[in-house]
Amino acid sequence: MPVLLALIPFAMAFGVSATDGGLSAFETVAMSVFVFAGAAQLAAVQLIAAGAPVAIVVLTVLTINLRLTLYSASLAPHLGRLPAGWKGLLSYLLTDQAYAATITRFDAGETKEPDKRWYFLGAALAVWIAWQTGTAMGVFLGRWVSEGWSLDFVLPLTFIALALPTIKDRATTAAALLAGVAAVFAAALPLNLGLVTAAAVGVLGGLVTQGVAERRRI
Amino acid sequence: MSTSMLWVVIVGAAAVTFVLRVSFVALLGRTEMPLFVERALRFVPAAVLTAFVIPLLIYDNGAMQVSLGNERLLAGLMAALIAWRTRNVLFTLGVGMATLWILQAIGQSL
Repeated sequence: MPVLLALIPFAMAFGVSATDGGLSAFETVAMSVFVFAGAAQLAAVQLIAAGAPVAIVVLTVLTINLRLTLYSASLAPHLGRLPAGWKGLLSYLLTDQAYAATITRFDAGETKEPDKRWYFLGAALAVWIAWQTGTAMGVFLGRWVSEGWSLDFVLPLTFIALALPTIKDRATTAAALLAGVAAVFAAALPLNLGLVTAAAVGVLGGLVTQGVAERRRI
Repeated sequence: MSTSMLWVVIVGAAAVTFVLRVSFVALLGRTEMPLFVERALRFVPAAVLTAFVIPLLIYDNGAMQVSLGNERLLAGLMAALIAWRTRNVLFTLGVGMATLWILQAIGQSL
């Protein structure tokens, strides 16, 4: 899981900005444990430092994390029939990285039923440990990872490596292309809403492409 | 913000985030998924992963950068080519990072 390499500097950056923004070490670590959502946490501590009201901070977190419902829907066929305890645990651990690392294998049928929960738990727990470790490092050590190495680039690279195999036919190609183009234009939308919007455009494009192809066959 | 308000934020943010995460995973098992949703779900990975990556390559500090001077875009395209050809995550990461470092070195020496 080389993506963890990219996560540590990101988590450290959160640890640093949270303590700079007035959170205690304990509050910073608690936020990472309870919320466990990088981009949303970073936005939250910036708003807290700027003196924003509670409701605005929580609403911002909600909006930035809307994409998690997409992942939840996409994973539901694979995790939805587990006992409630498993559902709760695996849902709590659901992140961009855990989703990306598991969905391709699950959708391709490479992981069979009793193993799915363990596969997801392994991948997601690794992300969790990296995030908590990185947060603590940021709080107690400050920022020492050199920016010259551009380690943050590992994140987009990992997503590229995981995205390409999901493009299998004309309809999924259309979904990816449209989502990519939409993402460029939607990136200006506030509160990370661009991702959800662009994904919706892509899914719609995939559905339409498939619908047209099926109608032709009839 | 006072300490107690801060804890309201932490607990509130944790609660809404968990509800979003568990939403569809919890729903399934109680109700069948409508056919339309099932058809749509097939496109979610391709759409969401692409929508996630593209802005990271094209935007630099909030400004759109589509040119040969955008090292991340070029390295990302190289990585996409490798990922498409090899389907190997580690190899894609290695080539992608190496391409970025080489382009950055060239950019600095110019």
